Amino acid sequence: MSSTVFPALPVAVPFLGAGLLGATQSLRRRRLAEAIALGAAVAATALCAIDLVLAIRHGDAVAWFGGWQPRHGVAIGISFTIDPLGAGLATFVGLLTIAALVFSWRHFESVGHVFPALLLVFMAAMMGFSLSGDIFNLFVFFELMSIAGIALTCHRPDEGAPLQGALNFAITNAIGGFLVLIGIALLYGRTGALNLAQIGAMLAGHRPDGLVLVSFGLIVSGFFVKAAVVPFHFWLADAYATAPTPVCILFAGVMSELGLYAVARIYWVVYAGALGAHQGTLRMILLTAGAVTALLGATMCFLQHHIKRMLAFATISYVGLFLVGIALLDSGGLAGTAIYVVADGFVKSSLFICVGIIQHRRSRVDERHLHGLGRNLPFTGIVFFVGALALAALPPFGTFLGKSTIEDAALARGYSWVPALFTVAEIITAAAVIRAAGRVFLGWGPSEGSGLPGENRADEETSQETEGRSDRTPALLWLPAVILLLAGLAVGVVPGVDRVAQAAAARFVDRQGYIAAVLHARPPAALPAVLVRGPTLADYLYAGGSSIGAVLLGLGALVLPRRSHDSPSIISRRARAAASWIRGLHSGHPGDYVAWVTAGTAILAGAFALTLQ
Amino acid sequence: MSFLAYAVAAWLLLIGLYGVVSSHNLVHLILCLSVVQASTYVLLLAIGYRAGGKAPVFADIPLSSRVVDPVVQSLTLTDVVVEATVTALLLALSLQAYKRFGTVDPDEIVSLTG
Amino acid sequence: MSHRGRRGLFLVAAAGLAALLVHGLAGLPGVGHFHGRYGLLLAHVAVPERQATDIVNSITYDYRGVDTMGEEFILFASAVGLVIVLRRMRGERQDDDRDRDDASESAVGRPSQTSAALRVLGLALVGPVLVLGIYFASQGQLTPGGGFQGGVILAAALILVYLAGRYRAMTRLRPIPVVELAEGLGAAGYAAIGVGGLIAGARFLLNFIPQGSMGNLLSGGTIALLSAVVGLEVAGAFTLVFAEFMDQRRLTGRRQ
Repeated sequence: MSSTVFPALPVAVPFLGAGLLGATQSLRRRRLAEAIALGAAVAATALCAIDLVLAIRHGDAVAWFGGWQPRHGVAIGISFTIDPLGAGLATFVGLLTIAALVFSWRHFESVGHVFPALLLVFMAAMMGFSLSGDIFNLFVFFELMSIAGIALTCHRPDEGAPLQGALNFAITNAIGGFLVLIGIALLYGRTGALNLAQIGAMLAGHRPDGLVLVSFGLIVSGFFVKAAVVPFHFWLADAYATAPTPVCILFAGVMSELGLYAVARIYWVVYAGALGAHQGTLRMILLTAGAVTALLGATMCFLQHHIKRMLAFATISYVGLFLVGIALLDSGGLAGTAIYVVADGFVKSSLFICVGIIQHRRSRVDERHLHGLGRNLPFTGIVFFVGALALAALPPFGTFLGKSTIEDAALARGYSWVPALFTVAEIITAAAVIRAAGRVFLGWGPSEGSGLPGENRADEETSQETEGRSDRTPALLWLPAVILLLAGLAVGVVPGVDRVAQAAAARFVDRQGYIAAVLHARPPAALPAVLVRGPTLADYLYAGGSSIGAVLLGLGALVLPRRSHDSPSIISRRARAAASWIRGLHSGHPGDYVAWVTAGTAILAGAFALTLQ
Repeated sequence: MSFLAYAVAAWLLLIGLYGVVSSHNLVHLILCLSVVQASTYVLLLAIGYRAGGKAPVFADIPLSSRVVDPVVQSLTLTDVVVEATVTALLLALSLQAYKRFGTVDPDEIVSLTG
Repeated sequence: MSHRGRRGLFLVAAAGLAALLVHGLAGLPGVGHFHGRYGLLLAHVAVPERQATDIVNSITYDYRGVDTMGEEFILFASAVGLVIVLRRMRGERQDDDRDRDDASESAVGRPSQTSAALRVLGLALVGPVLVLGIYFASQGQLTPGGGFQGGVILAAALILVYLAGRYRAMTRLRPIPVVELAEGLGAAGYAAIGVGGLIAGARFLLNFIPQGSMGNLLSGGTIALLSAVVGLEVAGAFTLVFAEFMDQRRLTGRRQ
């Protein structure tokens, strides 16, 4: 299919809408602006859904913009190469943007034209990013995502905290972008091409030399900054803590995951041909990165009291788990990651909306200051608690389906520690959220600080997002939370999800097929029927263990501190020292963050250069 | 000598990053980011250079002349203007920092840690 | 981390990164010996196909037009973001600019404070700079130039007015709603022209206007149109950015 109607419009329509909204700012017609924005978002989502269905039924769609088809095997235009996973991700972006727009309708007192316009631009960038088949085009949409995200983070009254969040976001993501651009330049210097399929075709079959490996390292590091893999992750907690809640929905639900998507896409199309022989070593490197991220994120999550920062670190921890899924370098892990990303995105968005409701009613986000103040918000409390259990991969939820698919793929490869890693990370993160739920909604646990040093003034910094308290929660605020949570449930319950995901992942890793479809206009084929084994008994046991463990740890953390204050043992003193050292690393200083990015790049690219030759 | 341009690009990258890491002033930090940007432009343009090539504008040269690579020039051209506005946005944030904290020292403007 | 710790970590990391960069850059062909097929192909086919003599702008607005659309929106988003940051700082809501008109009465930099040479030269140059900007923005398909460069020069014309000490005149010349309109229309216009290509030939950003003949002003089809639209947006964005910074300065000046 060579028409560009469906591929192009998801990006063009929101851009048109955003430009119009920007042009008419001075008219100040708020309802009209929001209606236009919502209309554009719904249209774009519908178009992406059409793309998804077409990709599943009729195979990958390659759309060449401006009509520039490749000549003699040389790609001269920019292509959007739409395969099921990319289109699915784009549809997911659209759904979350609709939720964010609807939520922001009531969350902010005055929105103006600019906020919806920026949301539309952000959405268009993410959709274009998921659909693009050209490496510089990926970079442009990456930059646009960053800038729109920064502009959205600034969307707050004059305070100190948004400033730090926006600045650290801007500086680290800018450096991430430069790293990607240098990698692209190296690839262009070697291959003279910018189309993913073409670069892949030219690199395939040759032994990877220094340039190929260093460019891989730089590109992966740059995208890891966006994805917030350790040690590139420091900026994310600052940004989430200070961005308005509707924006956090998008950040947590899909922006970080897009960084991992880019790494997967670029690996499978561009580098898999050259690095195929070294898959085992590459797997080990990426699995290590994923495991470290998952554990560090979980630990930091547990040490937080600012609920939005807590959820930010939970996101980082889950990014580590997603990376483990991708690091398996096969279609099973990829399928599980796809399911997990979507389900987890829905659940996290729902949790963020609950936080937004708490902010709306109580003007605070620190769990200790909110102690007991949520008692007459029972509905929100229930959604929050169920969301926490979904984070712990409680069985019917989609998170369970995704997790068990990844674990089965890992066990098939012989990595038996992966299920344990997942369980531990999920227990710790979900326990933190349950602890917060218990403290806020039930009033359990001590209401003063737990004695950890390095407390911050976060609470006063985030209080003015909604401009005043209110006594009732409007339906437009809690309805999205419930719908999103149910969507997370639906991902796990609707039959055929895992079959489609496995087939889509098999298409994703088929490098030869991708290149043939893009460069030689080979007629695409529909997705093959794939036989899928459902979750095993062991998976259910792990999931049950993580859910129960999370509840026990979370509630235990509320009850136990009373006793440990009296006689701190050596272990608890060492643990406190370690905890405060790790927290100290997250200093908020941009220079620190950039130093860590440099270190991470050197380590990662160095590992690639040394071991993959 | 033919790798000098690449070496310049690498040097700019590293010295710009050093500036960002060790800076005591937000405005200085943002300008060091511009230096890092410049390194990417130098690298791109150096890669596209062809010895003896003219500019890829055929208004007054024969169509068969040897020209430098036009693709990297297109990439750099749009990037330069765009990054200027990004720098403006960052400078606006540092203005806000000055207003709020009375200083632009990154050490002083931290309010969220841990 | 302490300052020394941070620097130490960075220096070790940078040493590793430097080694990696040398290792990677060594794999490139030497400077001057590049043989990329993409660029070579485009240099040969762009003129016959598009009748546009400037290959770089043909690539920017035609072959790789989608990239430029994205870049244009980066400009749009950062200008808009900057406006949010600076207007909020003034304690205004972002859509309230009554304050602006009142304040122009007590402008910083009244005519008597700037030197005579600057005043005269500044005003005298405004016209030529405007013409230069329009020339660049409209000739993109023929000679180096195009929307991005032309737009920046057009914005510079306004800055010249400010430098010449005519602050009040400058504020009257750039009513903010008009500037925002220009910026938004420029941004939306690019997407709209792309959709026009979609309607005309089922290809987004198809160059559907007649190509004209080489060397003519009316050549290149949509390249000229897109270039003009980008020029509008860039001029709007830079004017907005400059206006916001100047208002900021004026307010700080007034308070002191």
